[in-house]
Amino acid sequence: MSKGKFGIHGGQFVPETLMNAVNELEEAYNYYKNDPEFIKELDSLMKEYAGRPSELYYADKMTRDLGGAKIYLKREDLNHTGSHKINNVLGQVLLAKKMGKKRVIAETGAGQHGVATATVAAFMDMECDVYMGKVDTDRQALNVYRMRLLGAKVHPITTGTQTLKDAVNEALREWTARVEDTHYVLGSVMGPHPFPTIVRDFQSVIGKEVKRQILEKEGKLPDVVMACVGGGSNAMGIFYDFINDKNVKLIGCEAAGLGVDNPKNAATVANGSLGIFHGMKSYFCQDEYGQIAPVYSISAGLDYPGIGPEHANLHDTGRAEYVPITDEEAVRAFEYLSRTEGIIPAIESAHAVAYAMKLAPKMSKDKIIVINLSGRGDKDVAAIARYRGEDIHE
Amino acid sequence: MSKIKDAFKNGKAFIPFVTAGDPNLDVTKKLILAMDKSGADIIEIGIPFSDPVAEGIVIQQADERALSAGTTTDKIFDMVKEVSPQCSCALAFMTYINPIYVYGVDKFMENCSKSGISAVIVPDVPFEEKAELAPACEKFGIDLISLIAPTSKDRIETIAKEAQGFLYCVSSMGVTGVRSEITTNIGEMIATVKKVSDIPCAVGFGISTPKQAQEMAKYADGVIVGSAIVKIIAQYGVNSVKPVSEYVKSMKDAIR
Repeated sequence: MSKGKFGIHGGQFVPETLMNAVNELEEAYNYYKNDPEFIKELDSLMKEYAGRPSELYYADKMTRDLGGAKIYLKREDLNHTGSHKINNVLGQVLLAKKMGKKRVIAETGAGQHGVATATVAAFMDMECDVYMGKVDTDRQALNVYRMRLLGAKVHPITTGTQTLKDAVNEALREWTARVEDTHYVLGSVMGPHPFPTIVRDFQSVIGKEVKRQILEKEGKLPDVVMACVGGGSNAMGIFYDFINDKNVKLIGCEAAGLGVDNPKNAATVANGSLGIFHGMKSYFCQDEYGQIAPVYSISAGLDYPGIGPEHANLHDTGRAEYVPITDEEAVRAFEYLSRTEGIIPAIESAHAVAYAMKLAPKMSKDKIIVINLSGRGDKDVAAIARYRGEDIHE
Repeated sequence: MSKIKDAFKNGKAFIPFVTAGDPNLDVTKKLILAMDKSGADIIEIGIPFSDPVAEGIVIQQADERALSAGTTTDKIFDMVKEVSPQCSCALAFMTYINPIYVYGVDKFMENCSKSGISAVIVPDVPFEEKAELAPACEKFGIDLISLIAPTSKDRIETIAKEAQGFLYCVSSMGVTGVRSEITTNIGEMIATVKKVSDIPCAVGFGISTPKQAQEMAKYADGVIVGSAIVKIIAQYGVNSVKPVSEYVKSMKDAIR
């Protein structure tokens, strides 16, 4: 029987060699998620190591400048390692440790998930290998060095499009080769069951905090919650606690690269079709023969041809809306937030900021938008400078 | 009895693999005919995929070459339709779920049946997900080949009981590719299968030399070889028909 379904999406489409590993992972997770000891340990790591809860910051200048809805930023950029990725990694590596694993492997696009995995592996004494497309090791060189500094081995992948998709391929292959003592710390709400559920659960702390914080600050729920979507972990994390609050609009912002009509984009919901890849049934950018498309985005973290199965289902049911944002719009938002609020967002998160800049002026002043500021932008500064024609070196 | 099961009637079966369209479909056609003549009992024809996660670098690169040569699923069906009436051995497709799913599972299996394909091997469809393909396979009389791996353990019996055609025994951890040594206890794996089913067992992953094939044939009903053949094709390109037939003959002779 197929497991881990979200509507028609999800499942466990992996080679037989991995089936016992995903089954064991599911069993261990179902046990530990209710284990008071595990919960206590993870809570204290989230607080004392990651720095949770993250602030829900009222962006007063941005709100006044745009002249419409009130804008709040969920400051996941202030977490240890600079993004939301640490939430999932702390949970998964702690789980792997309990399962007796000695080594963790991870894929990474922008390098944020790789850095978070390398960090927690260092701190929990696990061997760590990170797989990263060669194109990404070039455009996110700072994060590559950061991972090495933390004791991880970074493997640049030179096959296929040499980006996040190929890093996932290689991590899956490596997991097949050495599964007994190794846990694959999948970085997003994607892949075979139970990963989409586990990652969503560990990231759902974001939405839980937002709910409590906004009720404290405003005494009511927000009208819109928005986040950028590649695989979709920060978006699922902030959406999840609001799914049953039907008056809260959920918006995912996908990377449209040079535009949805240009072949160089990564807007899966806008341009994708139903397929089965990387362990899951979901939407993918692909051709009529099911060959996965070589997608593109300025943001290495969103440069992925698929979307997590729970998002695909939220799209099918109409519960969430997915909008495409181009490179140019994201870069403008990156610059705008830096100058307006003194906050440099990750270029991934800037995709959500960009849509807020379009939406907020059309909403009345008593409405509230919460943007998940999923990561900090230090890693992107050199790439954005290059985009603007300035050749600076880190 | 299916054409696949027949392939195991004359002693141990030799099952070579070739990526369709590498270096082009015309050469693939000649390779299939030559391998058939050289003693192949089943030929696995790979439909290239952009992201073959179960393959090592040798077959990954073959897939890339085939796709950049313009190979498509429809062109492969056309080639198979031409070649299958001239083959005495059985033909099987090996590919990933996405090319089948996006093509349309029913349409795919119907075309398999029309063009002379007897079985499909889809490594990213495990036992739990086989409902995705099984109804269409049954409708059009295509065997859906099951795989067991060194990590399968208590899953082996469950999988073997429902297996069709032959059971693909993955010899080693990891992806396809030539290995100098195979450390898995294949004999034990196959003994577990035979407790619940009389299905023929063929061993694949990592086998390249006649000596290894001989060793595997002690326990198994058949031997599958992919990367070693694809390597010869990579080296000789359009001139690979002769060296590939010689290789296939030497492997079949070793396990006869």
